[in-house]
Amino acid sequence: MTYELVSGFETHIELSTKTKIFCGCTTQFGGEPNTHCCPVCIGLPGTLPVLNKEVVRFAIKAGLAVHGRIADVAKMDRKNYCYPDLAKAYQISQLYAPLIIGGYIELSNGRRIRLHHIHIEEDAGKLIHRHGDTYVDYNRGGVPLIEIVSEPDIRSVDEAKEYVEKLQQVMRWVGISDCKMQEGSMRCDVNISVRPKGTEAFGTRTEIKNMNSITNIARAMEYEYERQVDLIESGGKVIQETLRFDDATGTTSSMRSKEDAHDYRYFRDPDLVTIHVPREEVEALRAEMPELPSEKFERYTEDYGIPEKDAALLTKYRSISEYFDSAIEGVKSPKTVSNFIIGQIFRRVETEADKEIFDVAVKPAQLNELVKLLDSGKIRNNLAKSTLEKMLDSGKGALEFISESDMGGVDEAALLELCKAAVEGNPKAVEDYKNGKEKAIKALVGNVMKNSRGKADARAAEEKIAELIRNA
Amino acid sequence: MGSIADIHEKLVTKQVSCTELTKSYLEEIEKANTALNAYVCVTGEEALDTAAAVDKKIAAGEEIGMLEGVPMALKDNMSTKGIETTCCSKILTGYKPIFDAAVWEKLKAQNAVLLGKTNMDEFAMGSSCETSYFGGAMNPFDVNHVAGGSSGGAASAVGGNIAAYGLGSDTGGSIRQPAAFCGVVGLKPTYGAVSRYGLIAYGSSLDQIGPITKSVEDASIVYDAIAGADRRDSTSVGAKNGPTYPQLNNDIAGLKIGIAREYLDGVRDDVKEAVLAAAKVYESLGAQIVYFDLPILKFALPVYYIIACAEASSNLGRYDGIRYGYKTAHYNGTHDMICRTRSEGFGGEVQRRILLGTYVLSAGYYDAYYKKATDLRGTIIKAFNNAFENCDVILAPTVPMTAFEKGHATSDPVETYLTDICTVPVNIAGLPGVSVPCGFNAKGMPIGMQLIGKSFDESTILNAAYRYQLAAPENFKDTKWGVKL
Repeated sequence: MTYELVSGFETHIELSTKTKIFCGCTTQFGGEPNTHCCPVCIGLPGTLPVLNKEVVRFAIKAGLAVHGRIADVAKMDRKNYCYPDLAKAYQISQLYAPLIIGGYIELSNGRRIRLHHIHIEEDAGKLIHRHGDTYVDYNRGGVPLIEIVSEPDIRSVDEAKEYVEKLQQVMRWVGISDCKMQEGSMRCDVNISVRPKGTEAFGTRTEIKNMNSITNIARAMEYEYERQVDLIESGGKVIQETLRFDDATGTTSSMRSKEDAHDYRYFRDPDLVTIHVPREEVEALRAEMPELPSEKFERYTEDYGIPEKDAALLTKYRSISEYFDSAIEGVKSPKTVSNFIIGQIFRRVETEADKEIFDVAVKPAQLNELVKLLDSGKIRNNLAKSTLEKMLDSGKGALEFISESDMGGVDEAALLELCKAAVEGNPKAVEDYKNGKEKAIKALVGNVMKNSRGKADARAAEEKIAELIRNA
Repeated sequence: MGSIADIHEKLVTKQVSCTELTKSYLEEIEKANTALNAYVCVTGEEALDTAAAVDKKIAAGEEIGMLEGVPMALKDNMSTKGIETTCCSKILTGYKPIFDAAVWEKLKAQNAVLLGKTNMDEFAMGSSCETSYFGGAMNPFDVNHVAGGSSGGAASAVGGNIAAYGLGSDTGGSIRQPAAFCGVVGLKPTYGAVSRYGLIAYGSSLDQIGPITKSVEDASIVYDAIAGADRRDSTSVGAKNGPTYPQLNNDIAGLKIGIAREYLDGVRDDVKEAVLAAAKVYESLGAQIVYFDLPILKFALPVYYIIACAEASSNLGRYDGIRYGYKTAHYNGTHDMICRTRSEGFGGEVQRRILLGTYVLSAGYYDAYYKKATDLRGTIIKAFNNAFENCDVILAPTVPMTAFEKGHATSDPVETYLTDICTVPVNIAGLPGVSVPCGFNAKGMPIGMQLIGKSFDESTILNAAYRYQLAAPENFKDTKWGVKL
């Protein structure tokens, strides 16, 4: 029997607001332990949380980026559990009335992974184990998070990977988070079950906690899929439990069973008032939203005829697409610009981090100028290519490398003169061509190109030469 | 009467220096506190420093504010920077806050002279002050009786003249009940009128800070000083209708005073008689008494205990011995440390309420208890709103009886919970309520009555209380203790 994988994700993303969700402390990553703290975020008795409005705005942007509905009214709840890194013994989160409802992420195969909701909450601190003792660092406590809860719509490991990548891409795009999995600013809990292909009912699911890289998500899911299928095939039953993934062995192991599951005793946080989201504010944020990667992808492929593969590269990071958009202003063929970026400029930007920033020596306006020279026929493609390399080396504009005499092309009369000279000066090649060696004409064209210092239109020259020989 | 105004007058006219006054309070505390146990911490040095600063101002001919230089006390659940704040719990022993509660910030800025921190039921959970880790505060009318709770220390100190006024907190009656027991005035303001920032939480949606004073005008003066919106407390909105003091002594002819029959059910005869006598006084002042029914009141107690305990179970989760306060001496691992710390650090009543609160929020019980209680809370609020369509204030007993004898309350917790019947509805509905002395029982123990107002209508209840005080001064009796001005 073949089994189908069914998976849903709970993704935590740290918002990059300047200050924490309920106090004025910095959200900066790292820092000496317990230096980014105040009485509020370490929950000293008598302190009260005050909601940072910027967190609400960031979360609304996240919601708009995934086509979610922004609630008119949202509330904060307490999620009670006791752990030393949680200073109040409860996390302020949302259960009963989250800020964002619904939404989806569309995959390249056209499937939509629906989102159940997105809520805002505070992060916990961190435990540090050293010399057999345990220490607590509350710097991260109170850093704002959104949790994006998907429906169990994912059907393969590849879909899962793409889902996470797309989330990462769009959240970075709208500027609400850096989504660095290795620094923990994006973490996933993966729910996974299997069912015989073609059946409707869900199997019993397990949840793999705190995945911190896409590679590990794929490894863990593959392992867990195999494990569950093997278990069912051998007559066993999957039990609902929470698992951890061991990076070293590539296996999952049980953290706690359903019976030991926490009872979080959620209830409305009496210290915080109802969040009213004015429609005008949502509309203002919507108006400020950048064109999303999916929208840009569509424009590039459909309006400009750029191949999907290239369009995907151009929309991977907002900075690249913005570079592209600014470089294509007024040009005849955006595809040419895309070719220059992907064919030449990308070779100069090696790491993903640099691609994300995309601060290259040639500014979009300079590339735009170069392409316009090409468009107007003033220079030829070969010259444009070599000029771009020089521009990339130096950061200087195209005109630094192209002299007046290189430009303007070769007019009809001059071309005729050049062709005549080539025919007259190379009787051997002319003879060969006449005798049926078609390739011989290339030498004559080469002569024209050389004497025009590359400015002549090679195709026009070839036609002209053929005509001269025919009419001779 | 009017002790704050009297003290202010004496300071301004240099009949007494602030330092002399403060010293006499500190001396009387020394004498009386063994019997009253009103203070759990006396801050003599700080008090004298402030007094010296006030004297300097007076000597320099500078004008001083009404509360400037007036010796007072704070309940031990209000954070005081650098001064131990324990909520009278073992679990917070040694805890010195690094910031001031908003109310103390305001009073400190006016050079209030802090004499010390007053005794209370542990984490404000109790009706007799006897759940205090430091033992209960006693009643200045008879030290074999309790001062009441949870702000028993403040009421005892004010009744015993070892503080000119005190701040208490009221979650289910904790200002009004001890005020009634100790024959003083206690105001529980509208929820949101006074900032809770720095008040160590018991039931966050119910807690409110207010004054315990010798007289109604003092309550008005102190309330006006501490009310105000605070951006650190999202639930605070301030005194919406401005200061109350200028509204005192307004004519109350035509004022409609409602009496809900249910408030008189199960109330001891002497208390009922005193409250009805007060109604007669009001009638003689031209007010109109209207009787009505408020049947929803029978749900007030369970609603209160469910909501308060649920919130407390969450609020008190942070006391784990890791960051501050008491920590168990011997343990095996983090989990064991937290369990032992909490088992050893919290007293019986606090543990009982944490368990209750945890239970009512648990999966499978949430809908049956907590959700039902919050739904009923909405119904109770509506019922009060309806009642206020036909009256301006509601008159009720503060407590169905007078002060318990020592040890009585702790013997049967449920019976003691029942005595909160008259005070909790105000907290559930977020309304203002003031307790005013209205007589004495056969043994000479004070009886209190309660005036309940519309949201943010402190002015009307304080004015009504003030008119009563003028009409029935015999009910505002002094005790043998403390500073005699």
